Amino acid sequence: MAERIRKTSPSTHTSEDADVEAAPVAPASGLVAELDDLLSEIDEVLETNAEEFVKNYVQKGGQ
Amino acid sequence: MTTPKICGIETEYGILAIGSEMGPIAASSLVVGSYSSGDSSTAWDYSLERPGDDARGFTLDDQFLPEIETQIVNSVLSNGSRYYVDHAHPEVSGPECTNALDVVVYDLAADEIVRRSVRAANSQLPSGAQIVVHKNNSDGKGNSYGAHENYLVSRELPFDRLAALITPHFISRQVILGAGKVGREFPQNRPSLEGFQISQRADFFEEEVGLETTIKRPIVNTRDEPHCDPGSWRRFHVIVGDANMSQAATLVRVGSTQLALALIEEDLIPQHLVVADPVNEIRQVSYDLDFQHKIALDDGRLISALEIQWDLYERSRDAVDRGLDIGSPPHVVALVLDTWEEMLHAVETMSPRANQMIDWVAKRRLVDGYRAKHDLRDGDPRLKAIDLQYHDLRPEKCLASRCGLDQFVSQDDVVQAIDSPPGDTRAFMRGMMMKHFSSDVVSANWDSVVVDVGDEVLKRIDMPSPLRGTRALVASLFTGNPTLREFLRRLEGGVERL
Repeated sequence: MAERIRKTSPSTHTSEDADVEAAPVAPASGLVAELDDLLSEIDEVLETNAEEFVKNYVQKGGQ
Repeated sequence: MTTPKICGIETEYGILAIGSEMGPIAASSLVVGSYSSGDSSTAWDYSLERPGDDARGFTLDDQFLPEIETQIVNSVLSNGSRYYVDHAHPEVSGPECTNALDVVVYDLAADEIVRRSVRAANSQLPSGAQIVVHKNNSDGKGNSYGAHENYLVSRELPFDRLAALITPHFISRQVILGAGKVGREFPQNRPSLEGFQISQRADFFEEEVGLETTIKRPIVNTRDEPHCDPGSWRRFHVIVGDANMSQAATLVRVGSTQLALALIEEDLIPQHLVVADPVNEIRQVSYDLDFQHKIALDDGRLISALEIQWDLYERSRDAVDRGLDIGSPPHVVALVLDTWEEMLHAVETMSPRANQMIDWVAKRRLVDGYRAKHDLRDGDPRLKAIDLQYHDLRPEKCLASRCGLDQFVSQDDVVQAIDSPPGDTRAFMRGMMMKHFSSDVVSANWDSVVVDVGDEVLKRIDMPSPLRGTRALVASLFTGNPTLREFLRRLEGGVERL
């Protein structure tokens, strides 16, 4: 396989032509979620009767 | 320059009416009909639709009559989209764009349009009843619905060659683009909630190449409705992908496929890479969470999905460095290449960055973490509920929005795109006509708008080129809020604008 060069670091999109607006904007503070916090949040927002919700989630096939 | 890779995506949303007897068609109709910004009575003009035309050169029109009876509500929106009910799902077909970043913006605008419609629909329901909508592609019960992509390609490229050379990309790209799924739906009559796989859609493909989209789905779809000058172009209709919550994934889904198609047109992809059994391989890649699987090629060699992706990425990077021009602004092509590379690197090393860019990795982290925290068995419905809720469009329920996924566009851009068309394709003309003359538009299609000026005959405005009808070419026709008659008079002076 050909060598891989031009690795970009996560925080820098350094293309010469890059429009400032086109670069990813930093996620709002706190969004880079720690897994423990995220799992606690899932406990709060997960459908209260998950089994029933999953059972009733039936779609007609589409394209 | 290779054919400009004009592109757009169409998303069918999953829909459920909770606490109501309403079926999915009624619920979808209520949702689409409740959207107030569009003109929900605009007819779709089927006279030029050719869903039975096969790119391989034959036609099956009898079997592909337009399914008008299910398309109860149809809107053409002022941002150039079509918003309608298709196969018991609300669907937004986004406007034609020149580049993948604009597609991301209009994809997010589509989500917001659906969100607003659902809120308006729910306000009409009795208390206790609620419609909820998910941006996903399967219900876990063996039913799937699509998130399709469309790309403009040259008519000169033989379709068989296109189909053969794009197949490795379609099988392998899921390693960075898959939206993730709890369970298996293959075979479709024996679905299971156990296990996790990379793709929402991979379980549903039964053919290598074909015309169908709802049964016996093919990896390469041959529908040949160019919606533009059929002598010059094809619209390549891609049905193999997942709807993405990750903006990076939507960006690279469209951008990498634009580049792969351009490489094929320019004869920059070697023809030796022929997958022996694509239908089986697309599933095996989806089930291979640790990248152990090797795809068997016709000549007996073995290659991994990641190796195929790195090869395509590197060929694309080299071609762009050498001047390949796909008709997208250079800064967007650069962003696509950088993001594609970073996603490949992140997933290959399973670095934490993968959690912020790749849907299936982010979703799997939630599912595995939750299972460990609560000591759940494989197949526990709460794990499937996490899968579904990852795609829930309700902000208070959506899990994807809590994962810290990278954002590439601003909320302001998205809000503006809800009722403004892209400026650099014919979507501008369509959107502006809806903005200015929606009550006079009798029907519309991608390549035409029919208006009623009040004369005995209706007037059809043809837009055969997706590259014309742009802001630069037609914006002046709309200045000063002209009447329809005045607008048409101005248009007659410059037919070359469309």
